[in-house]
Amino acid sequence: MSAILEVSGLTKSFKSGVREITVLDNISFDLEEGKSMSIIGPSGSGKTTLLGLCAGLDRASQGSVSLDNIVLNKLTEDELAQLRNQEVGFIFQNFQLIPTLTALENVMVPLELRGEKNIAAFAKELLSRVGLGDRYDHYPSQLSGGEQQRVAIARAFANRPKILFADEPTGNLDEETSHSIEALLFEINKEQGTTLVIVTHDDALAHKTDRILKLKGGKIVS
Amino acid sequence: MDKRTSIQPTKYSLTWPLKMAWRDSRKSKGKLMLFILSISLGIAAMVGITSFRENLLLEIDDQAKTLLGADVEVKGNQPLPDSLLFAFYELAPEMSREVYFASMVYFPSTDGTRLAQVRALSGKYPYYGEIETVPEEASREFQNGMSALVDEKLMIQYNVELGDSVKVGQQTFKIIGRLQKIPGQTDIGATAAPVVYIPYNKLDQTDLLQKGSRVNYLNYFQFSADVDTTGKWSNLVEFADKKGYSIDDIEERKEDTGRAFRDLTNFLELVAFTALLLGCIGVASSMYVYTKEKIGIVATLRCLGMKSGQAISIFLIQVGIFGFIGSAIGALVGVGLHVYLPILVREFIPVELEPSFSWLAVLSGIAIGVVVSVLFALISLVSLRKVSPLQAIRSDIGNGKVRIDKVQVLVGGIIFLFLLTLVYLQIGDWADAAVFTVGLLLTILILGLIGRGLALLIKRVMPDSIPYVWRQGLSNLYRPHNQTSLLVTTLGLGTAFIGTLLFMQDLLVDRVSITGENDRPNTVLFDIQTPQKEELKQLTLDYDLPVLQEVPIVTMRLEEINGITKREALADTTVNIRDWVYDREYRVTYRDSLIDSEKITEGLWNGNYESGDSIFISISSGFAESLELEIGDEMLFNVQGALVKTYIGSFREIDWRRVQTNFLVLFPEGVLERAPQFHVLITRIKNNELSARYQQAVVRSYPNVSIIDLELILKTLEDILGKIAFVIRFMAFFSIGTGVIMLISSIVLSRFQRMRENVLLRTLGASSTKLWKIIIAEYFFLGGLGALSGLLIATILTTLLGKFVFEFVFIPNIIQMIWVTLAVTSMTVLIGLMNSRDVIRQSPLEVLRKEI
Repeated sequence: MSAILEVSGLTKSFKSGVREITVLDNISFDLEEGKSMSIIGPSGSGKTTLLGLCAGLDRASQGSVSLDNIVLNKLTEDELAQLRNQEVGFIFQNFQLIPTLTALENVMVPLELRGEKNIAAFAKELLSRVGLGDRYDHYPSQLSGGEQQRVAIARAFANRPKILFADEPTGNLDEETSHSIEALLFEINKEQGTTLVIVTHDDALAHKTDRILKLKGGKIVS
Repeated sequence: MDKRTSIQPTKYSLTWPLKMAWRDSRKSKGKLMLFILSISLGIAAMVGITSFRENLLLEIDDQAKTLLGADVEVKGNQPLPDSLLFAFYELAPEMSREVYFASMVYFPSTDGTRLAQVRALSGKYPYYGEIETVPEEASREFQNGMSALVDEKLMIQYNVELGDSVKVGQQTFKIIGRLQKIPGQTDIGATAAPVVYIPYNKLDQTDLLQKGSRVNYLNYFQFSADVDTTGKWSNLVEFADKKGYSIDDIEERKEDTGRAFRDLTNFLELVAFTALLLGCIGVASSMYVYTKEKIGIVATLRCLGMKSGQAISIFLIQVGIFGFIGSAIGALVGVGLHVYLPILVREFIPVELEPSFSWLAVLSGIAIGVVVSVLFALISLVSLRKVSPLQAIRSDIGNGKVRIDKVQVLVGGIIFLFLLTLVYLQIGDWADAAVFTVGLLLTILILGLIGRGLALLIKRVMPDSIPYVWRQGLSNLYRPHNQTSLLVTTLGLGTAFIGTLLFMQDLLVDRVSITGENDRPNTVLFDIQTPQKEELKQLTLDYDLPVLQEVPIVTMRLEEINGITKREALADTTVNIRDWVYDREYRVTYRDSLIDSEKITEGLWNGNYESGDSIFISISSGFAESLELEIGDEMLFNVQGALVKTYIGSFREIDWRRVQTNFLVLFPEGVLERAPQFHVLITRIKNNELSARYQQAVVRSYPNVSIIDLELILKTLEDILGKIAFVIRFMAFFSIGTGVIMLISSIVLSRFQRMRENVLLRTLGASSTKLWKIIIAEYFFLGGLGALSGLLIATILTTLLGKFVFEFVFIPNIIQMIWVTLAVTSMTVLIGLMNSRDVIRQSPLEVLRKEI
């Protein structure tokens, strides 16, 4: 099986006044298509930064990231946006639903951005799949945290992504809701054969993935 | 496998941003409504005033003939000589004569006396339009007998009825008509100088025309239908002009009237522009906060694959659509305003205004509204293209700050050019437009800097010892997400505008009122003939009234300055002498000494002329300055036929505000004693009853003598100023209204900044009272700072206007300033409290959920 995500010599540093802080230091790894991986580590270890770089949300100081054989470093911001729209799905810790859109509209957005038509039925199907078939005209503020994350999962899979990045997907949820969200995430992931990258503090969740990447001080420790 | 360095382009839907704009606006209706209102009032004022101006100019065009009432009006201070009369007669066989002058009139039925403008008319004038009277036929019939038409307001004021009498000089006339309107006269003009029409052929019987009297002779002509006026006309005009007559035709009257009202409409348009600009600042500030709130959404959408340009287009579409709605509402209100404006200013305009709908004004208003909305919104919106998708997972990225970049500077430049062009289109002069635009932008900048400076100052000097709620309220002024600069600018600009209007109005009224003070002269008798001088003095003393001043007055015209005649001055472009200098009648006095309202500023004053010597006169320094005259310059005067060569011996600074006779030109004793002259006597009458008795006595015995009752003039002026002030206040409402909306919009939009903090404080156990106090403290300081900054600008503006335009010193009225500060501060606190009530009344979670 070929690697969908290839990270090579990835370094990210920031300037803080006159000091340069290296958040990620020479990170390299591959992830095969259809597999799942967790990135774990203590706070400040560079997990979210690594996720941002892998997903084309940020640019590396050194090294390269290639996603589905596309070298991200050489793409413009708008090309990166297109790539995300075509190949990537996201799930965020704080859900990041658009507050001014209904649940259905939130799910439709990635498809609408591609210019696809007649997508409402498909989006409703996805919402039903995540157990919110009767809530699609509700606004995020009318949904509970767990429900919002379900909408976010439906949205993340709407564009049939090749790879899904989840940043602490259960970080804002109680234990019971977390379990159901995790189950849902893995189920749909399996159904669609999507590659999954999860940033988490939760060891139990991490152990459900095929591989664990442990970071400490910006370096891979295991 | 080979790596790819590009991706298949996505086919983005062009309608998607439109769809998103609509979806997003559903939850932002309230905020966008404020945006609408910010722009509406400015556009309303603009459309209303532009339509009004177009309407006014069209009506002046249409009613040009009725402004003059004839094809040609020839005016002079002597009757038209036969040679000229015949020349005109050839072109225009139909002619009317009129003589008008100021004189006292007396109403025997009510024992009232009043200075009026007496007009003696013969002929069919007006040929266009009409003298409107009640009954209608009175305007034609009064010339047939011993009849008069009397200004309607004058009749009401003196309780006079039709059929009563009016005594003009020695002759009594029966009042057969109430005079309502005469061609070209405004209602305000009628109030200032009420007219009494009498037949021309009865003028001699009044015995009022005596040598030296200040009388105007008019001839009105109507061209015959087939006359060719092209060739002969210019020769005739030149000849009459040379003889000292002024000639007015329809075109000239039209231009004069249009010019007179251009100033009014320019002023009103600048007021409208200021309202629009305040609205623009409202748009800019709303969009600044709105943009900051949308950063999270944009970051998420960027994660999902939205291009940066699409982010801007979503919100730009919202701004365009809401800007359009706001402008359309504004244009609609503007149409209503343009119907009301003619009613508001009808007393000031000489034409009847029938409001007509102007599509051009409405469409250009809407277009301007949309363009300014988009431009002012773009300042903030362009920063959205820099929003990183990373902000969706890391809220600390960018820290919510909107940084200024090159594109924003470019947008700023375009805005400046747009505003400059807009002002130019209204006032028609690039230099003036640049001064106004730069001045306004500079004011905004200064206010912004004051806001920032004061916030920094508070940060530095605030002692830790002050109570917690005050400390919290004050520190909100400088902490991150503070609105200090923005609110001080918006509040300050509104206050500056209102303050300047108030100060100016007060100053003008105050300037007039000073004449009415207790110990100052308040009654002036003029047109006293030399033989009547002593008798009148005695009569005055008999009534126990003081004779404060007795002055001889000689009328003359200026023939040459340093040998340059009017014709030469007009022909030579290097000579800077305007034609009015030659055209005006100079009323001159002579005496051997200066009076206490005069001070020599340059040269020497010798009050006694010695025969054989050159005649050295003294000129007002202001007059000398405007004509660029110097000591030693020669002035040749025509003293009713006799040429008198003089030299400027000195310049005098004159305090024109003193109630006494002041003169541009002062002759020494020994030159003009034998010239035809009249005299002025000034006295002070302490009560109305005595004043009435004295005036009646004077008018009965000396009907040619006119009395100026300064109390009456003061009342009339106050009345006129009150009406002008109402027009100004009405228009200022648009700026003030926009200022209030801007204030509400700034506070409403800024509440999100304070919301989380207040909720947190509540969660930590802060009582409602404490939260109220913190909010009151913050808005109290914001309102106070805004008001004081605005008053500072208003004081500077009024001082400059006073110094350079009205020539007086402005002393700020502290009481008034305190009132303005209290009003603005209370309003700010009130709006701030109303806006925060949800935060305090509801549970923290409820509030946060609502605001998501």
